[in-house]
Amino acid sequence: MSRVRLTRAIEFSTSLRYWNPDWSEERNRARFGPRARRHGHNYRLEVTLAGEPDPTTGMVMDLKDLQDLLEREVMARFDHRDLNRDTPWFEKEPPTPENLARVIHRLLADALPEGLLHHIRLYEDPDTFVEIAAEASP
Amino acid sequence: MITLSRRYRFPAAHVLAHPALSDDENERIYGKCANPAGHGHDYGLEITVAGEVDPGSGQVFPRERLDALVDERVLARFGHCLLNDDPAFAERVPTAENIALVIEALLAAEIARQPGARLVRVRLEETRKNAFETGVLS
Repeated sequence: MSRVRLTRAIEFSTSLRYWNPDWSEERNRARFGPRARRHGHNYRLEVTLAGEPDPTTGMVMDLKDLQDLLEREVMARFDHRDLNRDTPWFEKEPPTPENLARVIHRLLADALPEGLLHHIRLYEDPDTFVEIAAEASP
Repeated sequence: MITLSRRYRFPAAHVLAHPALSDDENERIYGKCANPAGHGHDYGLEITVAGEVDPGSGQVFPRERLDALVDERVLARFGHCLLNDDPAFAERVPTAENIALVIEALLAAEIARQPGARLVRVRLEETRKNAFETGVLS
């Protein structure tokens, strides 16, 4: 059997500010500019799985199950929340798309059947995105 | 592997014709794209940089530096220009393939000046129907 990749996308909206608590206010504002002010984004997350389709169902993973997992692991934690105040991951580091993508990648890698997660792509806005792959290439 | 991508746009004109070939030969190869009067596109450009996430800033590559680099090396040089007039295309036809390769060459060394960072993909969208990619990421 051949491996197939499938991608499911979700969108969520949060508020945030780029802020490193170990830095002075001046350093944060100098380094992050307007992103150091409280603002918000419509994130788009594309989750790509790779695997062999089940011989009976013909599916890599049931999309309904994947959607439920994404609702539980991502939407419930992040949608219409404040990344700095409402989530535990950004007390010590700024919620850049790089750091947010790393958090989401860990959550999904732990929640999905082993080896199924191929890569994720997280858009912070339509012109900025981060990709994370466990392997050499996404 | 974690990568950061940013998207840009620039409008440019070109003529697909090799100076060493006759008008008839160029038209046979390039069709309507060989129109000597030229034509143009709003090019979409996507630049992808791989690297380590800096623990302080939470970023793979400083966003402002990437924007400034692309602006200075690519957008200011090729935007609102006839690409055939640029020395980079003196001896090669400004097809989207060649434009992508030229942009890759213009940016790769500058990006690699930051320790651990490297340019891993250049995606050039000539129209909404044509896209071209170079680099080690597929």
